[in-house]
Amino acid sequence: MSWIGTIWDSLPLILQLGIKIGFIVGPLIIAVAYYTLAERKVIAYMHVRVGPNRVGPRGLLQPIADVLKLMFKEMIIPSKSDKYLFLIAPVLAVTPAFAAWAVIPFSGTLVLADIDAGLLYVLALTSMSVYGVIIAGWASNSKYAFLGAMRSAAQIVAYEIAMGFALVGVLMVAGSLNLNTIIQAQSGGLHQWFFLPLFPLFLVYLISGVAETNRAPFDVSEGESEIVAGFHVDYSGMGFAAFFLAEYANMLMISALTVILFLGGWNPPFDFPPFIWLPGVFWFLAKLSLVAFLFLWFRATFPRYRYDQIMRLGWKVFIPVTLIWIAVIGVFKFFTPFGVIFS
Amino acid sequence: MFLAKRFIDTWGLTELVRGLGVTGRYFFKKKFTIQYPEEKTPKSPRFRGLHALRRYPNGEERCIGCKLCEAVCPALAITIDSQEREDGTRRTTRYDIDLFKCIYCGFCEEACPVDSIVLTDIDEYHFESGESGVVTKIDLLSLGDRYEAQIASARQQDSAYR
Repeated sequence: MSWIGTIWDSLPLILQLGIKIGFIVGPLIIAVAYYTLAERKVIAYMHVRVGPNRVGPRGLLQPIADVLKLMFKEMIIPSKSDKYLFLIAPVLAVTPAFAAWAVIPFSGTLVLADIDAGLLYVLALTSMSVYGVIIAGWASNSKYAFLGAMRSAAQIVAYEIAMGFALVGVLMVAGSLNLNTIIQAQSGGLHQWFFLPLFPLFLVYLISGVAETNRAPFDVSEGESEIVAGFHVDYSGMGFAAFFLAEYANMLMISALTVILFLGGWNPPFDFPPFIWLPGVFWFLAKLSLVAFLFLWFRATFPRYRYDQIMRLGWKVFIPVTLIWIAVIGVFKFFTPFGVIFS
Repeated sequence: MFLAKRFIDTWGLTELVRGLGVTGRYFFKKKFTIQYPEEKTPKSPRFRGLHALRRYPNGEERCIGCKLCEAVCPALAITIDSQEREDGTRRTTRYDIDLFKCIYCGFCEEACPVDSIVLTDIDEYHFESGESGVVTKIDLLSLGDRYEAQIASARQQDSAYR
């Protein structure tokens, strides 16, 4: 094995980084492709249907067929659109969705960039993805796309704040912005995970995460039955595929963050033998799949919110709730002897 | 008390959880889907599909060219020409059904005095071109020859109710 190490060390740094990035982005794209299949299957099962099962054994090659179809379709650029922005919008949507994965710790050591301000970086990049949506809606020069973009912008501004406050709670308890440190603060089993002391923030974060990714029941920016497909009505072929990819990568991203911040990251749920034998990556991916399944479950269950209800929930419910809980944490942690429950 | 319950219901998201429970249960239910080309739903003997012209067991065609079906057809889909044959009987020289006009009401079958024109239970057929949907006498007779067993058994099953 040592010769592999020697070859690895002799490679130039840029190549080493490229290979590492490839090992994250490659599986991520495959995961996104199969997440779309999982969505169709899960929703079908909840509708008492069987879902796609024609392409390959049990429909397992369906995402590959979908990708090939989208690749060979013509990408139509509307003649009245702003062509430069029209083409750059999908790129702006996809790039942050992938770049944010750079700081995600898959296990104690398996992380591309273990930076100290990891949480801040993630927060910054997930907020960037809304620019893709807004620019797409603007550049399409179509009223439906424009409406979708406006709704998306207002919604994301509203929920970004609640989400940020929910993260402040985590910061206060963990005392660090580094994702690995946050996870280590939750080691020692299920009862140490932050979702218990921070339960209201956990719920707020999860629901804001659904809103942030424009998923049902907060999917007014795509609003199939109201505004056709919202911001991406005018996209076809690879442009559409890029938005699709970004949406699902963001969903997985939010799932990963929920796991890291509230569900103990790569920590096993119980701190004794049969559980600690399994590697951290396994526990991380298992929890991530559970949260990702929740997204699909929500979509199959809840009807779409009305637009004013979304705004009311974001501004009048979530922001006060998070503010109060942050105050509660602060008071308990620094002014009472019960601070241990928040550490 | 009411206020307390409402508070718990609101902040415990109980209604949302109940909703998730419903979909969660359906997730494990047996699926209703019928895998179409491999599996098919049963058809009634009264099913009205593609037309056919029948023959008597001795091979003689039943149709006597009375044109009752042509007269009763509400969609004017049937066109018939008839002539006297060498043996003195009246036979059709042309029996066309335009399936693009046909509404599959089954009146032609009801009107037929000799049970010649019938509607089979075939519902999977297509045309190679969109210009004409006409099936001719030869096509209809050969359809009748091919599916006689099915046609006869469907009439047999339905006869008790007519």
